[in-house]
This record gives sequence, structure tokens and C-alpha cells, in this order.
Amino acid sequence: MDSKFLKIDISSSPHVKRPVDVKKIMRNVVFALLPVSAFAVYAFGISALTLIVTTTFFSVVTEYVIDLIEKKESTVGDYSAVITGLLLGLTLPPGFPIWMAALGGIVSIALGKYLFGGLGFNVYNPALVGRGFLQAAFPVSISTWHPSFQADRFTSFFSSNLAFPFAKPTVDSVSGATPLAAFKFEQKSTEVANLIFGQTDGSLGETGGLLILLCGMYLAVRKMLDWRIPAGIFAAVILLSVIFNLINPEKYPSAMFMLFSGGLMIGAVFMATDMVTSPVTSLGTWLYAIMIGILIYVIRVWGGLPEGVMFAILLGNSLAPIFNILTKPRVYGTKKAGAK
Amino acid sequence: MANSFKHGIHPPEKKEISADKSIKRFPFAPYLVIHLAQHIGKPAKAIVKEGQEVQRGQKIAEADGFVSVPMHSPATGVIKKIAPMLDFDGKMSPSIIIEPHPGSDQNVLVGREVEPDSLTPEEIVKAVQEMGMVGLGGAAFPSHVKFSPPKDKPVQTLIINGAECEPYLTSDYRVMLEQAKRILRGIKIVMKALGAKETIIGIEDNKKDAAQVLKDAISVDDSAVKYVKVEVLKTKYPQGAEKMLTKALVNKEIPSGGLPADIGVMVSNIATVSEIGELLPKGQGLIERVVTISGKGVDNPGNYLIPMGTPLEFVLKHAGVNEKARHVIFGGPMMGKSAAYLEMPITKGASGILVMTEEEHAPKKQKVYPCIRCGECVNACPLFLNPSRLGILARNDEFDKMAEDYNLNDCFECGSCTYVCPSNIPLVQYFRVAKKVLREGRQRKQQSIAG
Repeated sequence: MDSKFLKIDISSSPHVKRPVDVKKIMRNVVFALLPVSAFAVYAFGISALTLIVTTTFFSVVTEYVIDLIEKKESTVGDYSAVITGLLLGLTLPPGFPIWMAALGGIVSIALGKYLFGGLGFNVYNPALVGRGFLQAAFPVSISTWHPSFQADRFTSFFSSNLAFPFAKPTVDSVSGATPLAAFKFEQKSTEVANLIFGQTDGSLGETGGLLILLCGMYLAVRKMLDWRIPAGIFAAVILLSVIFNLINPEKYPSAMFMLFSGGLMIGAVFMATDMVTSPVTSLGTWLYAIMIGILIYVIRVWGGLPEGVMFAILLGNSLAPIFNILTKPRVYGTKKAGAK
Repeated sequence: MANSFKHGIHPPEKKEISADKSIKRFPFAPYLVIHLAQHIGKPAKAIVKEGQEVQRGQKIAEADGFVSVPMHSPATGVIKKIAPMLDFDGKMSPSIIIEPHPGSDQNVLVGREVEPDSLTPEEIVKAVQEMGMVGLGGAAFPSHVKFSPPKDKPVQTLIINGAECEPYLTSDYRVMLEQAKRILRGIKIVMKALGAKETIIGIEDNKKDAAQVLKDAISVDDSAVKYVKVEVLKTKYPQGAEKMLTKALVNKEIPSGGLPADIGVMVSNIATVSEIGELLPKGQGLIERVVTISGKGVDNPGNYLIPMGTPLEFVLKHAGVNEKARHVIFGGPMMGKSAAYLEMPITKGASGILVMTEEEHAPKKQKVYPCIRCGECVNACPLFLNPSRLGILARNDEFDKMAEDYNLNDCFECGSCTYVCPSNIPLVQYFRVAKKVLREGRQRKQQSIAG
């Protein structure tokens, strides 16, 4: 009974595995964010490039250092800090002081992610925690807008980019207004085509609506992004927009304007879809998305701020665990939902 | 649209490796090992002595009680030894070792032929037990026990599982293509035993040709045409699980902790009814079975009719095992068991032998990431459990909570959650351990009460 002719390994079933892991998903999200970042650089020049590189660099370094302090194996290789950094950078206005961006990167990872226990344990999207911190700490800088496609954008910074830490922010003489602010405060609407193709002012990553949508579709097709989230947000925003626009087109903007202005597209496609901070059940995911869509509309139209995407998603994140509990499915062969 | 259940997964099918290979008879190994405990229930009792001559098909061990089945000699030869041999769990298990005579014509012992129509349900149940018949899908549960449901739970519908949802496996597919008449004969016998009114054969839509063969056979059979129908199911794992089949075919759920009989259904594997249709009228026992041998570790994959007790080593050599082979699995890749020793024999429950290479097997060492709450497992679980939550509880050893609040014991370990998890968390493996710990805890408690 000689059976030494073959060396075999044993393992516990299943013996096959879907060839997708966290690292692969995260890497693909980074890939999908690169065209969006490239467009930001194209529209806003070296200011955009420097801001995005700064937030990404500081996010990754913060993660690396915290792992070092906690004597844990470094998690930088899973790319999730890169995503946080890129997303944070893309939410900033083009003239944002670089030192503040660096601080934002540190806060995103340290407070948004590690305070909760690291990847998988955070309640809020880390990039939005960083963005929220910056908005609270530097309200003027984060709402000062510079026009896109300046002739000298590839050779010079906006002067406010280079502000010294804790110096009084200098307001540039040329400052623009985002389409949402223009609509809200000046009742000026923007051509929808300009919004779709990114020919407007705004945060770095929010001006190329169509491009963001395409990048999101790449991820959705590869099943690395839950299409239900952007779909639910869009549906809620479109429905509300259409209803109120029919009632009073002067006061309430059109659905296309709502979809392609501000941070809605990047928020719906890349931020609300963060797996860690969105619900796990199918129905819960729909409720979460629709709620975010409604909140965006409500804040934008009736709130004090021109933009509501960040707060809407953060609120959605807080409710994700509750949506999971409320939508716990009925277990096969049992009567009541969730048995208990 | 094809019938189906909700959730589930779509692993690569890999059936093309062996699907077009018709069933071929395997040669006899120099020795055959018959484990007496290869079915669920009490082990069979040997009724032969060392050195005794036996004929192929002769009963060599008898059932010990109702939940037990006899064994028949797969070859004409001599009883070499009756001794404990390594079984699947690495334990020594009582076995009969037979040495086939090389020169023998290997004719099967002629049995007492019976006309199935003349048998009462009780006589059918007895005859099925005498055949040594167990579920050939993998569970190896004695068939006659399944055919004797409680009197207060009559079975209306017999469901025949032709889904074969495990990747790689094609033995049921070949059985359907090549043994349609036997299958219909078996169905009639089983229906009579159960007193069932109708039969539904469920087949995944990647085997439409097999479904057509059966439909054609039914259409020319005057009696089958009245109460047997074929339903095509969506190709999705684990479509062939009892709970999924009843949902897909009769839109009923087997109650948690209950039996198919609770909803008037009995589920049987297609190869099982084919063997009953062939062997019962001839009065013969189960001595061989169709086994898919597949995977990139063998050069001659195919569907083989292999004598019971053939040692794995012999099987592998004849299937042309190559130097890239690293994993040998009994059953399919989703729920099959890894073989640790190549002395182990083909048993009644072995529907496939997969010989996988390093590349086609799941990676050996995978980095485990924290759960990122992607929800893939939640949307894969066919029972609508929450594997993600169960996994976290398992990590904290909260086994009681898993069972009481999260329906751990409904899990039938299909492995879909582990398959999809991007964090490489060994979810189903955790659940197996948790169930085992709870089971042993219960046993200890019972013992201490009894003591």
C-alpha cells in the first residue's frame, strides 16, 4: 500500500474561491478615481495636483505611522488609505491652502478611521470626516471658489494655496461661485451641458459629472460597487426635482441641474458606496440610498447651505446599522423576520 | 424564466472537463476496502470470515437495525482481512478487505428477480434496504429510511435532484443522458413506496440536453407521462440543496429544524433512483457507482463506473494523475472533503473525485482582512442568514448567541459565504467549529444528566 507517490495538501471546503479580495477591490476603486483626479488636474492645474497628492500622501503616512505606533502589521498595502486621500482631495476647492489639506488627510485617517478601530470598523466615511473637520475649522477657505480653466493653471498656484499655517486666510480677488451657490443665492442657473462636461467652478472632483458616472459604471460592472446606492440617490433626487420643478420652475431647479451640480455625482458614486459605512442588506441599501437622496434635496433647497451631499451621506452612515436591523431578512424556513 | 431560489452564487462551472465523457467501466484494483460504516447510522455487521471466497454481488455484511444498510462484495475474490482501516476522519474504522481474483469472469451473482408492481410499499422499503442503497448525492443516508416518512406526514411530491449544482461534477448529467429508462423505473418504485402523487425532476439549465432526454423518455412512457415532469432550473449554486429545490420547484420552505416530509415532499438524488430502477427488480445490491474524476491534476478526466472500495491511489493512477496534482477531494469543490490519505476507498457517497492543482484550488495562504461589511455573504447566503455577523460572533466564541439569535443551526454549510468573502474570512469553517462545539456541549450535558 505504497501511497507516497503523491504529496497532497488538505483543506477545509470550499476548495474554490472567488478571485476577488479587499486589496483588489480597493485597487480598482483607486483606478476608477484616477481619471476623475486627472480631470481635476486638467481643469484646475497644479493647484489640484498638489492638493490631491498632499491629501493622499498624508492619509497614507498617517495610516503607516499609526500602525507603527500600535505595533500592527502595516495596512497601507490594502489601498484603502489611498482612496480616502484621493476622495478628500477631490472634495476640496481648488484654492484651498495646502497645509490645511495635509491636516485634513491626517484627521480623516486618525479620527475617521483609526479612532473606530481601523478598516471595517469605522462608522463614517473617513474622507467625509476629514472634509467635515475642515469645513468646521476653516469655513472661509473651504467655501472660497476659484474658476476652472485659468490660462496659467499649469504654471502657477492660486495664491491662497500657499497660505502659511494659521495665517489669516487671504481672499483672492478673483473668486467664483459654484453653480449651486449661484442658484441658491443669486438665482442664476448654469447650463446643464457645462455641468455634465465639467466646464464650471466647484470642488476639484465635482465638476466632471459624466466622467464620474463612467468611472462608477466601470466599478459596478466589475461588481465592486453597489449600483443600488447611486441609483437610489439619483431616483430620489430626480423624483423630488421633477415634482417641485413642475410646481415652480423659478424656485426649484431641474433634475439634470440637481444631479450634475455640486458633489452629488462624486458623493453618490464614490462616497455613499463605501462598503464599510453602507448597509449590507439589499432593502437596507435602497432605503439608505433613497434617504441620502432626499436629504441632499432638502438641505440644498430648504437648508442654509448651498450643498448638502456631505451631511446627507454622514447622516446616512449613522443610520446604516439601523437600516441593517430594520431590514433583517426572514431566515429560510422560519416564520418571523430574523427569528428573534 | 427558469425556476430558482433567491441569493446563491455563480462559481465557474468547469463541467466541460468531463461532461462529454460517457460512463466507462473502471478496472478492478488489486484489493478493495469496504468500510462497514460508510453510511449514516449504525455500521453494517460482517457476515463473512477471513479467507472465505465471495462472488461479486454477494452480501458480505448485514444491516444492524433499521438505520443501517448491508454491504455487497464488489468483486469475485477472497476475503483477505477483516480489520480496522483509516476512514475519512482519520479514525480506524472496521472494514472488509477483498482481493479480487484476476482470472475471474466477474459475473454478478444472480439475484431473486422481482416485479416491482407486485410489491407493497413496506416490501419496497425492505428491498431498498437489502440493496444497501444510500443517497448517492454525497450524504450517504440510507434511502429506505427516507422512503419511510412518519405516517402523519404523507408525501405528495417526490422531487428528483438532477441539479448537480457543484462545479466540476458531471456524473448525474451522464446518468440522465444514459440511464433515462432506469430513472423512470426507479421513480415509479420510490413513488409507490412513498404513496406520492407526482414527481418533479429538477435540472439546471446548463444541462438542457439531459432535461430533453428525460422529457422524451417520459413522453413515450404511458404511466410516467401522467405524473412525472421535468423542470428546468437556473444554474446557480446551491440549487441542488434540498431546501433550495423545494423552494424552486414547489415554492415551499422546509421549516427550520424540520424535514421535507413536513411540507409533503421527499427529495432524492437522480443517481439514487437510477440505481434503484436498475438493481431492485434484479434483486441485486449496490456494488459500484458512477464517479466523476476531474480537475487539472488528472490527464484522463471522465465519468467512471467504479467498484466500491477501490482505493484512491488506484483511482488516481488509472485516471492519469500528473505531477501538478496537489489536492484530492471527495465530492465537489464547494462541499467536498479533502482526502488526507490515498489508501481511502471509493464509498457509496463519493459522487466525484477532484484532483486539483495548486492553481485551480483556492489559495493556500490568504491574507485575512477585517470584515468590510460589503454584504457579499449576506447576499450569497441561500438561507438569508447573516454570515458576516455570525463570523464576528464566532471570533468572540459567542456560540450560544449564534445558535439562538442568528439561526446557526439552519446553516447547511454550502460554503457560499466563504467563497465570496473578499476579506478571506473562513466563515463556513467558523460555523462548522461552532456547531461542533455546541453539539459536544449538548452531549456532555445529556451525559451528565444521565450519569
